[in-house]
Amino acid sequence: MSAPLQLEVSDLRVEIAGHQGVVRPIDGVSLEIAPGEAVGLVGESGSGKSMTLKSILGLLPPDAKVTAGSVVFDGTDLTRLRQSRLNKVRGRRIAMIFQEPMSALNPVMRVGNQIAEGPRVHLGMSRAQSVQRAMDLMRRVGIPEPERRFRAFPHEFSGGMRQRVMIAMALSCDPELILCDEPTTALDVTIQDQILRLLAQLCRESGTSLMFVTHDLPVVAQVCHKVAVMYAGRIVERGTVREVFTRPMHPYTLGLLRSAPDVDHPGQSLEPIPGSPPSLTSPPSGCRFHPRCKFAEDDCKASDPPLRLLEGDRATACLHYERCLDQIGTDR
Amino acid sequence: MSAVTADPAPAPAPAAARVRARRARWYRQPTLMAGLVLLAIILFMCYAAPLLTSFNPDTQNLEQPLLGLGQAGHLLGTDQEGRDTWARLLYGGQVDLRVAGLAVLFPFILGIIVGSLAGYFGGWVDAIIMRIVDIVVAFPFFVLVIALVFVLGTGEKSIYIAITAIGWVSYARITRGEITVAKRQEYVLAAQSGGLSSLRIITRHLLPNVITQSIVYAMSDIVQDILAIVTLSYLGLGIQPPTPDWGTMIAGGQNFLTTQWWLTTIPGLAVVITGVALSLIGDGLADLLRSGTS
Amino acid sequence: MSEQNILEAAGIEVSFSVGSSLGARLRHQQHLLHAVDGIDLTVRRGEALALVGESGSGKSTLARAIAGIQRANRGQIKLDGKVLPARRRSRADQRRIQMVFQDPYSSLNPRLTVGGILHELLRVHHVVPRNEVESHTRQLLRMVGLPEDAIHALPRQFSGGQRQRVAIARAIALRPELLVADEPVSALDVSVQATILNLLEELQGELGLTVLFISHNLAVVRHLCDRVAVMYLGRIIEVAPTEELFRNPRHPYTAGLLAAIPRMTPRDENEAPAVQGDPPSPLRLPTGCRFRTRCPMAQQICAEQDPALVGSRADPEHSAACHFAWTTETANAPETV
Repeated sequence: MSAPLQLEVSDLRVEIAGHQGVVRPIDGVSLEIAPGEAVGLVGESGSGKSMTLKSILGLLPPDAKVTAGSVVFDGTDLTRLRQSRLNKVRGRRIAMIFQEPMSALNPVMRVGNQIAEGPRVHLGMSRAQSVQRAMDLMRRVGIPEPERRFRAFPHEFSGGMRQRVMIAMALSCDPELILCDEPTTALDVTIQDQILRLLAQLCRESGTSLMFVTHDLPVVAQVCHKVAVMYAGRIVERGTVREVFTRPMHPYTLGLLRSAPDVDHPGQSLEPIPGSPPSLTSPPSGCRFHPRCKFAEDDCKASDPPLRLLEGDRATACLHYERCLDQIGTDR
Repeated sequence: MSAVTADPAPAPAPAAARVRARRARWYRQPTLMAGLVLLAIILFMCYAAPLLTSFNPDTQNLEQPLLGLGQAGHLLGTDQEGRDTWARLLYGGQVDLRVAGLAVLFPFILGIIVGSLAGYFGGWVDAIIMRIVDIVVAFPFFVLVIALVFVLGTGEKSIYIAITAIGWVSYARITRGEITVAKRQEYVLAAQSGGLSSLRIITRHLLPNVITQSIVYAMSDIVQDILAIVTLSYLGLGIQPPTPDWGTMIAGGQNFLTTQWWLTTIPGLAVVITGVALSLIGDGLADLLRSGTS
Repeated sequence: MSEQNILEAAGIEVSFSVGSSLGARLRHQQHLLHAVDGIDLTVRRGEALALVGESGSGKSTLARAIAGIQRANRGQIKLDGKVLPARRRSRADQRRIQMVFQDPYSSLNPRLTVGGILHELLRVHHVVPRNEVESHTRQLLRMVGLPEDAIHALPRQFSGGQRQRVAIARAIALRPELLVADEPVSALDVSVQATILNLLEELQGELGLTVLFISHNLAVVRHLCDRVAVMYLGRIIEVAPTEELFRNPRHPYTAGLLAAIPRMTPRDENEAPAVQGDPPSPLRLPTGCRFRTRCPMAQQICAEQDPALVGSRADPEHSAACHFAWTTETANAPETV
């Protein structure tokens, strides 16, 4: 860990006051991204993964607030910044790509202008310069005929093309970090393939870091070097993609791997995870996953294990992680 | 087999709590509650008239016309024919509210039926019905109603016919729009693939889900109907004397506006307050529906 | 041979009119969108047949046409040898093909209890005598793994996975012969998908159901289905038994689709994407083969002649609609199995 960290999220906690009690969608999340790294954040609905991204840029809904922890980007804690200073970071140094390109693009503004807006506002480029930059970006992300397409409106583009426009917008000010919130979930498989390759390529070529949120494990495997698994507002496991997916150290990760059909191993039976995700107003005592865990022991019900760092980059929040490794050993 | 059957029961606790929360919200809606309370007061007063006054609204007493407030036991005085104003107000309220209530019910029913057919079947059925709607809507409501009553002759029945003939279009439009959207929902497709008849699908599956918009609209429609009825009576075309009614009271008292101003103003006020009560209910319902869909 | 086929669809076409016909004509476009553009499909009794394709392929429209809730403009559907009327199917026929939909949140009437939904169907179709309706409903719930007190619950009290179970209970309540499942797990979380997939597999065995499974998720398809039909822009471009399709795709689109699936082991990063470009607008289809604009192997003949779905002589179970499906050897093979 000699390289300086670009983004360090430490013990972040976010609360929303609901009419049934206080909901904690993020309840102690710690993450790190080094420059040029692509880190995946996986979890199912309700795990808090999308909200984690939003809280980095301060895009939380109005009734949500950060109650503890920090998000340190290049030495500054973003959660403590005023809006005016935060705006200098947003778009300029940290950019975001969303899931639904149709709702993330302004439907009445020409596509080229939307891409050019960032450079004009953040980089102080003149109109002509920003237009040129927009067209360069469109070329780079693979939008054909940028001169003609510049003047088009979002509804004239297909889903894949709109996503490319969003990527161009995200790149427009040469950000150091791009946050991706399920960017390919709404796309067809063949288009997803194109977009994922594009993102991986951009990350490689320009050294931009990526934080990639998704529920689709193989997608993470295509783009990211490292992955963190989220459950009930916490990170339960962390490590390199290869390590976590071949030697998981948390029963939830193991459960996710076994409940989805693997296209390369069609014969295996699917093992669903019993039960359902816990309520975020009153999570179970002890380890949050224990009611659904087949390895649960008494100490799992007693104490709430934190995320512990093991060798290298590996971390797990399971007290009995060796059981997972034993299971994998008996399978393949 | 165990993986399949090991499913937790639908947690009854959160569900009950949610239903409770819904009901609590209903009570807590200030607009809705204010409107309901106000309307309840008005209805109570009008229908408890025999308890609130000993006078008969029709009894003329030509020897005691135009008495002032509180004179000779008449709470609000008498009109030019000696009839007790308070009694006329209360019994007139019965008439007006009843007529308005029924007058909103018939177009509601007719409009929803027609709108459902147009929305569900589409095609030429929809086209024809909607063109008729377009034509009727193009005319101002009041003008048409007055014209129709004029043609049909005065009296309560004419009011119902006229208002129904004109008023159904709004409900038809609302319902048709809602059904056109709702019928694309997958549960409707599921019902169709389940071989259920169109009638059944419309009545059991679609209408309960789309009727709320029409109900909200009906609240503002009652206000409009009350105004129409009062206006018709004011013009002498609606409810005929000696039946007490706020419209005829307003008409009758206008000559005495400078002296016995309460003869016209009080019934006018009654119309306004009733209108406000119904509007509040309509607003409250609309708010409730909107928040309920989040 | 035809006793084996529970369903035979021939020449199915479903078109929708788009926008104003005058405007479209001025732009030299068709104003008719041929969502399903001439499909022949047979479904064999007891099998799980997958209909695979991306958006715009027409798979959902075809599924709905087969299930009888979308009218086909042309073509014929035979159920067990008997031709089904184009417009209104009889209740008895409607019963035999039932459908499960993608979105668990809009496929159940929010105002009816689970019991209400099931009772209605059982009663209207007289599936069981009146006095047995209640017990049969309970049995249905048991079969899909829901507790008995679900009868009195409203859909909003359930999670997505549980709602899908209710939807499946509804679909099997009428004892259909063919179950059409339109992306039944796509809207569910990964860990829940497994429960529903296992349930479908189980029910298929227990009830002797034939399943037509529509999906864009090839991993699920490979896991669950016996045969696969791949659709592109309204046509079936390849049909084969599952393993054969995955190991030996003969149409360039199928090969591209398989190569595009994200896998747990990362691919070579310098490789070009499996399928380039975007699909053409369905209102302005290319002449000849509709895939040629994105096909790495396109030749002159592809622009002139629209290839027919043709089986190989060696393996009649496997057909593909490409001029070079059976001529080239390795050009279509994916790099991993």
